Amino acid sequence: MWFFNSPEVVYGETALDYLEQLSGRRAFIVTDPHLHELGFTERIAERLRRAGLEVAVFPEVEPEPSLETVRRGAAAIRACEPDWIVGLGGGSALDAAKAMWVLYERPDVDPASINPLERYGLGARARLITIPTTAGTGAEVTWAVVLTDAAEGRKMALGSRETLATLAIVDPALTADLPPRLTADTGMDALTHAIEGYTSNLHNDFCDGLCLKAAQLVFTYLPRAVADGHDAEAREKMANAATIAGLGFGNAMAALAHALGHSFGAVFHQPHGRAVGLYLPYTIEFIANGGISRYADLAHFLRLPHTDEAGAAAALAAAVRGLARQIGQPLSVAMLGISEADHEAALERLCDFAEMDTQVVMAPRVPDRDELAQLYRYAFRGQSVDF
Amino acid sequence: MAYLFPSPEWFEQLKNEINRSEAYASSAKTWEGDFYFIIKPWGTRQEPVKVYLDLWHGKCRDAHEVTGPETKKPEFVITGTLDTYRQIFTGKLDPIQALMTRKLELQGNLGKIMKAVKATLDLVKCCGQIETQYADQV
Ligand SMILES: [Zn+2]
Repeated sequence: MWFFNSPEVVYGETALDYLEQLSGRRAFIVTDPHLHELGFTERIAERLRRAGLEVAVFPEVEPEPSLETVRRGAAAIRACEPDWIVGLGGGSALDAAKAMWVLYERPDVDPASINPLERYGLGARARLITIPTTAGTGAEVTWAVVLTDAAEGRKMALGSRETLATLAIVDPALTADLPPRLTADTGMDALTHAIEGYTSNLHNDFCDGLCLKAAQLVFTYLPRAVADGHDAEAREKMANAATIAGLGFGNAMAALAHALGHSFGAVFHQPHGRAVGLYLPYTIEFIANGGISRYADLAHFLRLPHTDEAGAAAALAAAVRGLARQIGQPLSVAMLGISEADHEAALERLCDFAEMDTQVVMAPRVPDRDELAQLYRYAFRGQSVDF
Repeated sequence: MAYLFPSPEWFEQLKNEINRSEAYASSAKTWEGDFYFIIKPWGTRQEPVKVYLDLWHGKCRDAHEVTGPETKKPEFVITGTLDTYRQIFTGKLDPIQALMTRKLELQGNLGKIMKAVKATLDLVKCCGQIETQYADQV
């Protein structure tokens, strides 16, 4: 038994206009201060008003949103009593909106305890709309909620199948002005979701096609979206790729590159997509060296030259590195300007965090502690994994 | 020889496997927490089987079937059917998947288990090491 969960997805050019067809009394937009200042909130609000809704805004979500922010936002939502909550932004704003929704519906719930085993009965007071402004996290269609306990500096992976948006609006126009660096980082996240969703232990028939297609779209369109942000076709395809990959991995789990990347991001404060994308080729090599993998399928679909599973993994790792090089992403940790001494000093902590990450056991080959440390060292030096 | 699951001999064997496992000793080195594993009645059986497992810093301090009155108050209680346990031990069902689909019911802090996923996996491997005959197939 397993599940496939998805919001209704409205996508493509002018998808935002769908907001004008909503019915309801009040909408509450959750976003970050930067997007608010850039006028993104108004683009959403004007459409909601046209639908006859009153609009309130909480433009205070910080990167790596805290429990405190979620509680504050939920209090503002309770004062407003909306029937629609709209998460607008990157993964942080969307995840914060999901958690605020839970607290609005269930004030008795501790946000730090939102988990897949509980039943919350969401939807009685409001429904959730997610509108991504980057093309990468897939948070618009996943139920995962990542929050930070600011007091402890600890990231918490939360969520329940109920913390899934009712409606996701994926309009490429919102990503047109995304800077190249952010386009590249988030695009690598989407690629990592696609490849890990396809190869994780929980891969399944419902997700496979989504992951394959998303990977193909990223390889084809990410270089164009990075080179020219106003390449409308590339932006649209990348927006689709990120959401499709979100559905793919969100219903199958991410794996080892995410475990390594989460830990690395927490220790060295690197953007999520840059971190997971950096580790992706190393984990492909490591998993393939264990002899059980599904890289030949991926290589076949992506038309990468290969004769066997090992060759397919090598071709795929090379293609990922080729893409990273083309869009100016780091190929090794050393290229991020981190010294070997600092990296060595942090190695124990990197391994501790990675071992505690749920995704670490989702790969078909699970590294032991020595192998984890070796993976970090190889990725530091930029050396292909030979063990 | 094959050990009958569930049986006192099987749990004794599990304790041995855990205490022999270098992987578990490493991945669970900070784990502190005890369990009841409950196996729902099968066949014509009326009563569930309740097993107490005390795991501490990568070792198993105690594993035994609870037959008399309650004496322990373990931190976690995990309940499932014999078939679900079999599927997990034989690698056909991912333990996390089993929790999320409620094939395994958990009482206790899920967050603490999710931070010990590697240890959980190594523990399941120990179960899989035991040559087992299942009670519903005898
Ligand atoms: Zn990701």
